[in-house]
Amino acid sequence: MTDRAVVVVRAGALTTVQDLGRPGHAHLGVPRSGALDPRAAGLVNRLVGNPEGAAVLETTLTGCALRPRCAVTVAVGGAPSPVTVDGRPAAWGTPVRVPGGALLEVGRAVAGVRGYMALAGGIAVDPVLGSRSTDLLSGTGPPPLADGAVLPLGAPTSPPARLDGGVPWPAPPAELVLGIRFGPRADWFTDGALRTLTAARYRVSAASNRIGLRTEGPGLTRARGAELPSEGMVLGAVQVPPDGCPVVFLADHPTTGGYPVVAVVDEGDLGAAAQATPGTPVRFVPLG
Amino acid sequence: MSRPGGPSGIKVLPVGDRALLIELADGAAAEALHAELLRRRAAGTLPAVREIVPAARTVLLDGIDRPAGFAAELAGWETLPPPARTAEAVEIPVRYDGPDLAEVAAVWRVTEEEVVAIHSATEFRVAFCGFAPGFGYLTGLPQRYAVPRRATPRTSVPAGSLGLAGPYSGVYPRSSPGGWQLIGSTDLELWDPSREPAALLSPGARVRFVAETGRR
Repeated sequence: MTDRAVVVVRAGALTTVQDLGRPGHAHLGVPRSGALDPRAAGLVNRLVGNPEGAAVLETTLTGCALRPRCAVTVAVGGAPSPVTVDGRPAAWGTPVRVPGGALLEVGRAVAGVRGYMALAGGIAVDPVLGSRSTDLLSGTGPPPLADGAVLPLGAPTSPPARLDGGVPWPAPPAELVLGIRFGPRADWFTDGALRTLTAARYRVSAASNRIGLRTEGPGLTRARGAELPSEGMVLGAVQVPPDGCPVVFLADHPTTGGYPVVAVVDEGDLGAAAQATPGTPVRFVPLG
Repeated sequence: MSRPGGPSGIKVLPVGDRALLIELADGAAAEALHAELLRRRAAGTLPAVREIVPAARTVLLDGIDRPAGFAAELAGWETLPPPARTAEAVEIPVRYDGPDLAEVAAVWRVTEEEVVAIHSATEFRVAFCGFAPGFGYLTGLPQRYAVPRRATPRTSVPAGSLGLAGPYSGVYPRSSPGGWQLIGSTDLELWDPSREPAALLSPGARVRFVAETGRR
C-alpha cells in the first residue's frame, strides 16, 4: 500500500479536480472549465512544488477528507478552513507533510466558498482534451469526487516552496465589487436598466454554481423584446435571463447563449466572485 | 467601437477587454467570415486569438490582444467570398424512424417518405456548435422547411437522435433533455473525447445524411 494515490474518505458537498481548464475548444461546444479561483489554485500548487498547471482539488463549503496511500506534501488554501491530520490540527495555507495512511481532513470553510488542495505531483487522472478539469456543464473530464474513489498522484517534480513571510491570501469578500465593461448587448436594455445595474445593490444567490454566479436584486428592463439568436459567450459575461437578474458566467459557462449580455466582468475580479457566499452584497462598477 | 456599414457591412461589438463579437447580416455572412478567419489563421495573418466561435449571425473572437486595433482592421475587410467547399462531406447513416416524423411531414405538407427524401438529398453545413460538446447546428434546408420546437421539451432525448428546430438540423451527441422534433437516429458517435478529432462535426464541415433501411 505505498502506491502514489489517495483514497477519498469524505467527498464533501462538491469536490472536483481542476487545473487551468481546456480553452481552445469553445467552437465545438466545450466550456473552458478550470479552477474558479485560479490564483488560489496556483498558490497551493507553488507551495507543494507543483507546476502551475498541475491538477488540484476544488472543494465547496464543506471541505473533504482523504487518506493518502503514501507520504505526500499537501497545501490547502483558498477559502480558510480547519485542516487536521489524524485529528490533530495542521497548518492551512502552508505545505504540510502527511504520512501514508493518515487521515487528512479539510473542514467546513469559515469564510469563502472554494477551497483548494494541492498534493505534490498533482492529481494524475487521465486528461481529456488536454485538461484534467471536471466540467459540470458538459460532463467532460473526471466526475466529481465520490466517497471511496481512488485518485492517482503524479511524481513530485520540485521540493515544496519556502515562501518567506507567508502567502498573501486575500480575505473572502464582505462585499463583492465587480468591475464591468458594458457590451456587447447593452443596447438591448433601457438606460434606466443600465443605471440600475451600477447603482443598485445585488446579492449573491444560493443558486450560484460553477456555471454562473447568480444574483438577486432589481430586474433589468429590456429595451427590445426580440429573441437574440445564439451567440458566443465569454468568461465573465453578465447575461440577463428573462427574470432580469444578472448572471455572471464562471468557468463552466455555456459556449453559446441566447440571452443578451449587458456587460463583461473584469477577469481579475472573478476569483473573488468564486469565494462570495450566498447573501454577499454585490456591486457592479463600470471600468473606464 | 461599433462600426455598422463598413465595406463588408459588419458590426464589431466590444466584449470586455479581450474579445470582439462580430455581427453580420445573416447566417451565410457569418459562415463566410468564419471561413475567412480560419483561412487567415492558417496563413498566419490573424492576430493571436484563443477562440473563434461562430454562431447564428455572429463570430466571437475571444482571447485577443489589442481588440480595438483588430476591430479597426476588420471594418476595412472587403466583402467576403462564400466559403470554399471543404474536401469531403461527413456521411451520417440515419434510420428515419423518429417519433416526430409524422408531425414534421404535416408541417412540411408532404408525406413521411418525402421528408426522408428531402432531408437525405440535402447537403448540410455545420454553421456552428454549442448546446453540448459535438452538437452541430446544421444549415442547408430551405427556409420553408423550418419547424417550431416542441411545445414541451422531452426530459430525455436518446444519444444519436436526429432532430429539427427552426432552420437547423442536429444530432444529439449524448442523452439529454431537448425540444427538437426528432425524425431519426444514428449509431455514429458524434463526440468521443478519446478520439482524434473528438468531434465528428466542426464548424464549416459539410454533412450528408444517408438513409438506412430496415432493422429496429
